[in-house]
Amino acid sequence: MKYMLIMRDTDESIEASKQVPFEEILNAMGAYNESLVKAGVMLSGEGLAEATEGFVVDFAAEDPIVTDGPYGETHELFNGFWIIQTATKEEAVEWAKRCPLGPGSKLEVRRVHEESDFEEYQDNEYVQNEKAQREELEKKNKS
Amino acid sequence: MSDTQRAVEAVWRIEGARVVAALARMVGDLGQAEDLAQEAVADALAQWPESGIPRNAGAWLTTVAKRKAIDGWRRRGRLDERYRAIAREWEQQTEEPEPFDDDVLRLMFTACHPVLGREAQVALTLRVVGGLTTEELARMFLVPVSTIQQRITRAKKTLAAAKVPFAVPDPNDWADRLDRVLSVVYLIFTEGYAATSGDRWVRVDLANEALRLGRVLAGLTPREPEVHALVALMEFQASRFAARAAADGSPIMLPDQNRARWNRAQITRGNEALARADALHRGRGNYALQAAIAQCHAVAPEFGDTDWDRIVLLYEALGHLTANPVVKLNHAVAVSMASGPAAALPLVDALVTADALPRSYLLPSVRGELLARLGRDEEAVSELTTAAALVGNTRQRGVLLTKVEELRRGSASGGGATGKARGKGGSGVEGG
Repeated sequence: MKYMLIMRDTDESIEASKQVPFEEILNAMGAYNESLVKAGVMLSGEGLAEATEGFVVDFAAEDPIVTDGPYGETHELFNGFWIIQTATKEEAVEWAKRCPLGPGSKLEVRRVHEESDFEEYQDNEYVQNEKAQREELEKKNKS
Repeated sequence: MSDTQRAVEAVWRIEGARVVAALARMVGDLGQAEDLAQEAVADALAQWPESGIPRNAGAWLTTVAKRKAIDGWRRRGRLDERYRAIAREWEQQTEEPEPFDDDVLRLMFTACHPVLGREAQVALTLRVVGGLTTEELARMFLVPVSTIQQRITRAKKTLAAAKVPFAVPDPNDWADRLDRVLSVVYLIFTEGYAATSGDRWVRVDLANEALRLGRVLAGLTPREPEVHALVALMEFQASRFAARAAADGSPIMLPDQNRARWNRAQITRGNEALARADALHRGRGNYALQAAIAQCHAVAPEFGDTDWDRIVLLYEALGHLTANPVVKLNHAVAVSMASGPAAALPLVDALVTADALPRSYLLPSVRGELLARLGRDEEAVSELTTAAALVGNTRQRGVLLTKVEELRRGSASGGGATGKARGKGGSGVEGG
């Protein structure tokens, strides 16, 4: 089973984290990542840069509207993720609880779809299309 | 199963290896350490529903196990000087020291020690390093729980009887002993990748467990190219899982797999692991060559794009490193794909003459395939029928018998080329 650990922050927790020496956060996160790697459960993970560097695409209107960050007041800002592979949900819970996050931060944990979830759609045209597109890409890369 | 039991099992999977390893280093005996750890787990099951899971669950388990050890030694009057010293040291500790990573490495080497048989090595490794329960192991290997328990008990007794030290091997033995650990991990993987028994063709649970063990080992021995290479090999092979079985569970061979269903992220991880192995500049060993072959398949957009010439070369190199007849057979399959079946048949016949793979379905299955491609249908039918009688996996048998049927129909209708049976190679060996 694969789980995505989604780090969510609020304005307060981001402010609070700025009061902690960055080195300290780096060390705590580094140690946590290392423990995931050493246990052989880490598949991938990334932290995200300041929201001010990002933008939002809004699909409310006919044409999508792109707005630069910051987003104004944030309650649930997506700040980074890990993808881990575990044998059980409980194991994912245990790893999530060990994440070194402070008050105001939350981890939302979601199961990542596996191929086996789509078994009945094997012949779906998009699954087939994806194959064709990849071949196109491969050909381009070769030339 | 109660929520607490599930939570304790999860904690055990995460902490178990480190707990057992730290105890084994202290008492110098893996069997005793494992027994103590299990007693601590029993205490956890009794206490955690009330108290909740302690923040440092690993240290909690280790402390409880140590207390049990001291009690046990006192009860059995075994407090000789050595144990007295250990007990004194423990009683003076105010908090549980962090276990060393090297303890887990010692654990791996001990669980895969050459005094143990294959089955014992596999069971013990999954039990003490993987943190699996005997029930989980029994389910994975389709045997009764009592069988697994006996295997583990015997393994622990054997280690004790042989006075196997809880240590990493000497520099002189290091390479051989590491190879043994790798082969145990890969054996667990292949049992999942092409189940030799039962009616399931792919056992993802076992394969994933082996991958996790491989990643753990790579973390512990980052300077060992073959460890990274084994991880790469397993990642490449596991990337095909979704495409290897049809909806009804029957195997889909390499030429017929829908490559869109190969797991690209996993192939990327395979590429990274093989690059890590190569970056150590010590040349490619057994697993690195196998991983490079698996990579050739992984990067080919279509079966027809496979770089068979390169695969032939890689198999030739591999053939010089190992006397394994399956490698020679795979080399023959690759030659048949690169230069045609006529070039490969003498290589396979040489293996038959040498009686290289007695009682294995692989040889007749490949030979049958080649004969079919050469249009020698009658001989092909006889070989494939032999192969079907020898194969242990029911799914695999079905594939072979289907080929036989197609050939028979083809012969009856005047030998018209039957697409599938005339085949594109990819029989059994290079077939997954």
